[in-house]
Order: sequence, then C-alpha cells, then structure tokens
Amino acid sequence: MRHREAGWAFVAPALALILVFFVVPVVASLLLSLTDFDIYAVASRENLRLVGVENYRRLLHDPLFWVALRNTALFVVVAGPLSIGLSLVAALLVSDRAVRLRALFRTMFFLPVVTTLVAVAVVWRYIYHPRFGLLNYALGAVGIGPIDWLGDPRFAMPAIILMAVWKNFGFNMVIFVAGLQSIPERLYEAARVDGAGSSAQFRWVTLPLLAPTFLFVLVITMIGYFQLFAEPYVMTQGGPSHATLSLVMLMYLQGFRWWTMGYAAALAFILFAIILVLTLITMRLRTRDGAEATT
Amino acid sequence: MSASTRGYGGAAAPLLYAALAGLAAFAMLPLVWMVSASLMPTGEATAAPHLLPSTVTLEHYRTLFTRLHLARAALNSTMLATAVTAISLLVNSLAGYAFAKLPFSGRERLFRFMLGGLVIPAQVAMLPLFLLLRELHLVNTPLGVIVPGMASIFGIFLVRQYALAIPQSLLDAARIDGAGELRIYWSIVVPFCTPVLVTLAIFTFMGTWNDFLWPLIVLTGDARQTLPVALANLAGEHVQDVELMMAGAVLTVLPVVVMFLALQRYYIEGIVSGSVKG
Amino acid sequence: MVHRRAPVKGGTLGDPSRAARARVHYTTVPFGAGTVTMRERHRNDGGRRRALRWAAVAVALSAAACSRPHDPATVLEFWALGREGEVVQSLVPAFEARHPDLRVHVQQIPWSAAHEKLLTAYVGRAMPDVLQLGNTWLPELVVLGAVAPLDSRLADSTAIRPDAYPEGVLEPNLVEGATYGIPWYVDTRVLFYRSDLLRAAGHPEPPTTWHAWVQAMQDVRARDAGTYAVLLPMDEWQTPVILALQRDGELLRDRDRFGNFESGAVHDAFAFYLDLFARDLAPRAGAAQVANLYQDFASGYFALYVSGPWNIGEFAARLPASLAGSWATAPLPGPDAEHPGVSLAGGASLAIAAGSPHADTAWQWIEYLSEPAQQAAFYRLVGDLPARRAAWDAPELRDDVHLRAFAAQLAHVRSTPKVPEWERIASAIGEHLEAAIRGRATLDATLAALDQEVDAILEKRRWMMDRHAEVAAR
Repeated sequence: MRHREAGWAFVAPALALILVFFVVPVVASLLLSLTDFDIYAVASRENLRLVGVENYRRLLHDPLFWVALRNTALFVVVAGPLSIGLSLVAALLVSDRAVRLRALFRTMFFLPVVTTLVAVAVVWRYIYHPRFGLLNYALGAVGIGPIDWLGDPRFAMPAIILMAVWKNFGFNMVIFVAGLQSIPERLYEAARVDGAGSSAQFRWVTLPLLAPTFLFVLVITMIGYFQLFAEPYVMTQGGPSHATLSLVMLMYLQGFRWWTMGYAAALAFILFAIILVLTLITMRLRTRDGAEATT
Repeated sequence: MSASTRGYGGAAAPLLYAALAGLAAFAMLPLVWMVSASLMPTGEATAAPHLLPSTVTLEHYRTLFTRLHLARAALNSTMLATAVTAISLLVNSLAGYAFAKLPFSGRERLFRFMLGGLVIPAQVAMLPLFLLLRELHLVNTPLGVIVPGMASIFGIFLVRQYALAIPQSLLDAARIDGAGELRIYWSIVVPFCTPVLVTLAIFTFMGTWNDFLWPLIVLTGDARQTLPVALANLAGEHVQDVELMMAGAVLTVLPVVVMFLALQRYYIEGIVSGSVKG
Repeated sequence: MVHRRAPVKGGTLGDPSRAARARVHYTTVPFGAGTVTMRERHRNDGGRRRALRWAAVAVALSAAACSRPHDPATVLEFWALGREGEVVQSLVPAFEARHPDLRVHVQQIPWSAAHEKLLTAYVGRAMPDVLQLGNTWLPELVVLGAVAPLDSRLADSTAIRPDAYPEGVLEPNLVEGATYGIPWYVDTRVLFYRSDLLRAAGHPEPPTTWHAWVQAMQDVRARDAGTYAVLLPMDEWQTPVILALQRDGELLRDRDRFGNFESGAVHDAFAFYLDLFARDLAPRAGAAQVANLYQDFASGYFALYVSGPWNIGEFAARLPASLAGSWATAPLPGPDAEHPGVSLAGGASLAIAAGSPHADTAWQWIEYLSEPAQQAAFYRLVGDLPARRAAWDAPELRDDVHLRAFAAQLAHVRSTPKVPEWERIASAIGEHLEAAIRGRATLDATLAALDQEVDAILEKRRWMMDRHAEVAAR
C-alpha cells in the first residue's frame, strides 16, 4: 500500500463512524429543534409541524429552563473550584518529599473515580438519609440537627455537589501530580538560594508553572460539570421541587420521558452554545498568558 | 533527573500524615460502608447507623444472583465493555497514527476540526442517534451500544499525541526495507504505543462498564441490560432494601476497582510519565 | 515482559505544546537502520501474539453473546410491572405445560420506569408481545397505534366474556368504543391504618367523613408529638386527585382540551389537602425519602396511609408478627355523610402490541391469566385484586378481612380523564402541589400555574382534534 493512500485508508473507519454516528445526528438534532417532533409524529409523519425558532422562544419563556440553568450554573461555579482545589491540595500532599506509602494514598484518593456512578449514587443516597444516614449520625455527634439532605430543596444541591467533588477530585489530582513533577528542581533551588521560604516558593514557582495544567483541568472539569445528569437522575430525579434539575436532566425528561423531541433538541443546542462560549473564553485566557508557560 | 517529589519544608510530618489520613478517610468511608452494609442482615443498616456488621451474611449476594438474575447483567456488561475496547483500540489507533505520521491532504485541518467536536456534549446527538438506530433495527441489541462507541475523538487525540514521538527515521527505514503500511503499523507503531494503548484500553473499558445513560435508553430488554442500568432499576423498586442495594453496588463496582488496582501502574504512569522531563 | 526503553515523553494529557517540547528532549535506545527493527520484532512478538489471542477471545465472546441459542419453541415476550412482574413467573410453568410448544419470557420492569420504557420500546420498535400497563395509559397507546384492538378476539373467546367483569372495571379499557385491554387486576386506594393507635386516641371506628378524618388524625397526633398522623408523599398525585374526584371536580374541561384546576370543586379539594400539611398532620416527605415505609408504620411514625392492595401482602410480610392484629383497612372517607368516599378506578390491563408476530399466542396467554383459577392464584401470590367477578368467590378472598374495604370501595370508583397526555398531567399535578406544600407558592398561584402548564401540554391535542374536525367536515 502506498503510504499516501494509507493515510486515508487508516482514518477512514474512524471518520466514517464519527460521521455517521456523531456528526449526522448532531446536524439532525439542529433540524429537529426547528420542528415540534413528538410521539404523535413518531406515530404518523402528518403530525409533524415545522415551527422554526418557536421551540427556542418557548424555552426562553419556560420557568423550568431557567431553574435548570440556574441549578447547573450553581453546580459548576461551586463544585468546580471545590473539586479543583481539593485535587490540588491532594496533589501537593501526595507529592511531598516526606511522604511514605505515597502510592497507597494515591490509590485511595483515586478509587472513587473508577467506581460506577450509579452504584455510588445509591450508596450516597443512603448516607444522606435524614434519620438513618451516616452523615447525619456524624453531624449529630457534634450537635448539628438532622438535615434532610435529599429532601430539602436548600440542601439537595449541596448534597449533590459534595458527592460530585468526592467522586472526581482524584482524577484532577493525578493530572496535577504530573504537572507538579514537571517543574524543574533547579527553579526551586534558585528560589531557595534567593532566600524564599516554602510558601513563597509555592506562590512564585509552583503556581505560575502549574498554570497551563490548571487551565486544562479547569476546562475539562467545566465541560464535564455542565453535563451533570447521572447524580440527579439516580439520587433525586431532579427534585426536590426541581432543586437539582440540571440542563441535561431536563433534556432527558423532555426527550426520553415525554418524547417532545423537538423541544429537547433545542435545549441540547442551547447547552452546547453555553459550553462553547465558556470554553472559548477560557481558551482566550490561556493564550493571553501562554507566553509565560514555557520554561 | 529531577526528584519526583516536592518538599514544602514547613509542614511537620505528623500534620502531613494527619491531612493525608483525613483525606483518605473522606475518600474511602463511603466505599467501606458500602461493603460493610452489603454484609449486614436485613434491616440492620437502617436500624442505627454503624460501621461494621454485627454478623456477616452473604444472603443479599445470594438474592442478587438467584432472585434478581444480576449475573446476566454482569455478563452483558463484560461482553459489551470488552467488545467496545477491542474494536475501538484498533479503530482509534489506526486513525491516531495516521493523523500523526501519515501525510495526506487536509490532515491538520481535519484533525483540528475533529478536535472541535470534543466540545459538543454527547447528549446533543442522542435523540437522533436513537432514531437512527431504530431505523437500523439496532435498538435493544448489543450492537446498539457497541457501534456508537467504536470510534472516539478523544481516543484518536491521545494516540496521535503519543504517536507524534515515533522517530520518523524508524518508519522510513522500515519502508525502505519494503514493509507495507499495515506491517509497519503492526510491528512498529503498536509496540511503540503500547503504554498509551493500555491507558486507552483501561479508560475505554471502564468508561463502557460505567456508562449509564445510553444503555439505559437503548437496551430496553432485561436480557440485554448492563449492570449499572439493572442496579438503577433495582434502586427504584427496592428503596426499602438497603443491604440488598449495597450488595448490588458492590457487585457493580468490584470489576472496575479490581481492574484499576491491577493495572494502576500503567494507568497512572501512562499519565504521569508523559510529564517527566529528561 | 517489560520493554527496556526509556519512558516516552510525548505528553498525552498535558497541553499539546508539551508534545513539541518532548520531541526535543526525547532520547531513546540508539539504533541502526535495519538491525533494530528485527530485534524489536522479536522482542515484541510474544506481546503481540498475546494481544491477538485476547482480541480473538473478545470477538468470540461478543459473537457468542450476540447469537441466541436456537429454540424451536415460540417465545412470547411479556412485560410485567413491579412486584407483579416478580411473581407472575410462577404462573408460567403451568401454561407451558398446557402448550408444550410455547415459552413465555417474563421481563420485570419497575413501575417508576414503566411508562418511559413502554414509549421508548414503541419508538425503538422493540415492543414485547404482551404487555401489562396501567389502564390510564391505554388512551395514549391507542392514539399511537401501539396496541391491537381486541373486540373480535373477545367475541370469539370462550374463556373471557365482557360480562365477567364489573362495569367500572372494563370501562377504562374502552377507547372510543373499542376494547384495547383486558383487565388483569383492579387497584384502588383505601385507607390503611393502625387500629390500635386510633383506638387509643378515642376512635375505635375508622372515619367516614373528612371532618371525622381530620379529627381522628389530630387526636392521634396529640398523643405523641414526635410522630405524624398520616403519610402523604408530597410528589404523588393520587390522593389530591382522589379528593377532587370526591368533590365531583372535573380536572379538564371542554372535551378534555383545557385544564380546569381553578374551578371551585378542585380548588376546595386541593385546599383541604394542603391543609393537612399545614396542620402538621403529614410529614413533608417525598416518595423517595421514605427509606423504610414498613419500619415507620410499625414504629408508629405515622398511623394512616392511603395505598393499594399490594400492601396487604407487603404489610403482612414485613411488619413484625406482634402487629398482625393492629392494623386494618377501610374505605376512604367522603366529603360529607351524603357522599361516600370515591376512589380511583385504577388497575392494570393486559394488551397485545400491534404488529406482534405472536398475536394469537399472546391472546392465549391473556386468556390463561384471566381464568378465575389463575386470578385467585395471582391474588395469593401478590395480593392484587382479581378483575373477574368469579375469582372473588374464592374462599381466601371472601375471608380476607383486609379485602373487605377494597370490595366496598370498588363500588365507588371514578376514572381520571382519558387523555393520552394524562401521565404528563399527573406528573405536573404532583410537582406543582409539592411546591405549594413547601410553601413556595400560594394555592391560587399554584392552580393558575397548573392550568397554564396543562393548557400547554394539551396544545398539540387541540391542534390534532381541530384538524380532525376540519377533515371530517370536508
């Protein structure tokens, strides 16, 4: 095989699959969002109406959409920094020179990441039980009254946030550890020679050099968290009183429970637009101080 | 060679260990309770919260396998994860290598365009994808889960980044020797890329095993269900049976945890060693 | 076998610029042109052969699992819901003995996911042959053309006659005059209560009017401040809808094209319902928060509960033996002494999926399940009330003391509106009332919002009805 044709031949299977099972459905989704495709339309094509941007207009006037948007944004803005912060702390702890059994700790921190989300959601549902759950039991020992974590609209989202942070911090920790390891020792030596203490070293050597890793972690975490679905689905079904209704959860309900697929497709595209805009903004931040990232 | 650890001087060792232990407790406690509750007799887990079972019983695991037929779901999960991993490794590595080392017109632009697809959340494609699968009569079949998972943009990206480091001279030498492109792929590229392929295999296997939303939608029959979906069904019906639910959760989580523990060197070092500078 | 190569520094999960830097720093085992490739091949052969073997295993596994063992018998796919799905399996062997060339494969689906799964199966062209469904779902499935009409089969059948069922039981299965479902069991809601706690509070007889009901609940609650009187899961729609039906309220108006929630009867019924929470007679808990309903009932956390016949069996099985004589059932209290308490005409029906290749076999299975003997056997297994009159003559049904309330209640049942969108409307009722119970909205605002949402839900139905009328007029 000539190696010029080989290029196309090798990418062809992957490209064909991605085209048929990803690109085409995405485009179809856009078209779907311009109709009122629903279960009646599945029964008979005559029941389909082309409605243009009506779905988008209805979405923007739908109080549930704004609730879902607010909940999802709240989740991203709170769980994101918490998770990333905890990962960074864990990475720093695990990378410390004085640590023995480093691999053991690293394994323990990473274990929640590999567990199946549905399984841990079931476990956490019981941990959060107001009368029999471990969490309230522990809180009760220090005198804090029983909290209905999954039943009280004020506490349901914090409960989901806690669970998400628990599940994910190990993943970002590993990336941070890699980033920490890539900082050359000589920079720390130079700082020490200049008289910098450990916190100064942290601020002037570690943090700036960790910036590219940090940005990467931020982007992937943000994209992932905007797609919050499995935790509310298993633990609260979007309740109580829509307190944990996320955008993808709403899309699932509209699309696969009520089969108003045109409406759900419009919602999916709005979600995509939000993620795209935020990613572009974050990338813009990166190229601004990209010059400082090289050593 | 840089030391692979940092010392932050000020933190006294006991404080450090205390922090590590606290964090470890945070990470492990729910999992420990999960295992412990699965071994408790019925009703004990909700009677009064405590960590260890008073007597150890395997009755819930027995129920899972006899009354609730979770073995079949476990088999389905294994079969699907293996199939997707095997096929996608092949497809993604071929494409990743091609993007890295085989010249063809529009390669770079195509790659960047493909990367852009990473930003699109998978849920956007799900509804039409379901309708497409229904036309192909693949709903409620294993292929309905396997086929959409056979190629992954992220997988291609990973392999390409890694394959960029294959020395061009190695490839040229092989071509001069008369080796065909597939031969080169099989004898040079695959061995060279083994670390990233192992990492990718682990990612893909675990990802497919843990996947929830798509199998939930596509696999409507219980004969075909995967373990996470079966567990979610169970959780809906058996809200009252805490210990039974925990046993189901343990069963679902065990294979990927075991796999991770056995292969974590590859997994984590695959990520980490990529960053060590000479 | 470990490759003795320096670790590759091509960055994978770092930013792409790492790859560029990595190439500059890359060092590896030095090599000459042809010789190393040979050596590499030798060293790697074992690994690659092993990989090939694993791949072959993977493909074989997939192929094996994809193919089904070739069974000469006809296999009937039957979807059964909830607890019924778990126990109906035991009725299969006798049927298979009668029909040696038939196999029935029962798939159990939880109630919470059932409606969704049915619609998904319909859209995905993966319907079973026979399905159990809540009878409120029939209008929806009929409009979609998902279930087959059964009138001709009924006419020819010797095993099932329409007059074998009480009228109120068969009626929900008729859509636009044609029969689409055969009643399997009936379900209605009655009051389950701790007779010992009520007696201790001064109420030896169960309440029959709303006023007496509230009085009894207040007295029970007064005896123990840490408990509640009644469990009414906040997100469930059944109890408020029952209360509205008891007041002769119409939930939808104008040929079921618009919501009617702001009307007087519905308003009063929902106000009564909310009042129960305001007086702290019911805990503000949703269905998912009740981790152990049976433990709570046994411990006296609540003393009354509105539920269906399946709980007769569950209570008997899960409550401690000491409480066996301390609980009872009673028909629901009505708004006042002139109006007996009405309840939901619920129940499950069996239907045949349209386009099923085994429609005749499916009908045989339905006939089998409808035999009085099987109906009685089913009752013994799960406590569901048989749909057929004849089955009620079986001794265990006549003699079961808890069933008397159900028998009495079945004389006073009413259906919910028969619109395809009912499931969605019911969901909306539960959601909006939950917000009102939590105090997030006043009752009037809630009812207005509910009307608005239901009007939007029914918009497509109005469009289709108008179009249908247009076509008919031409």
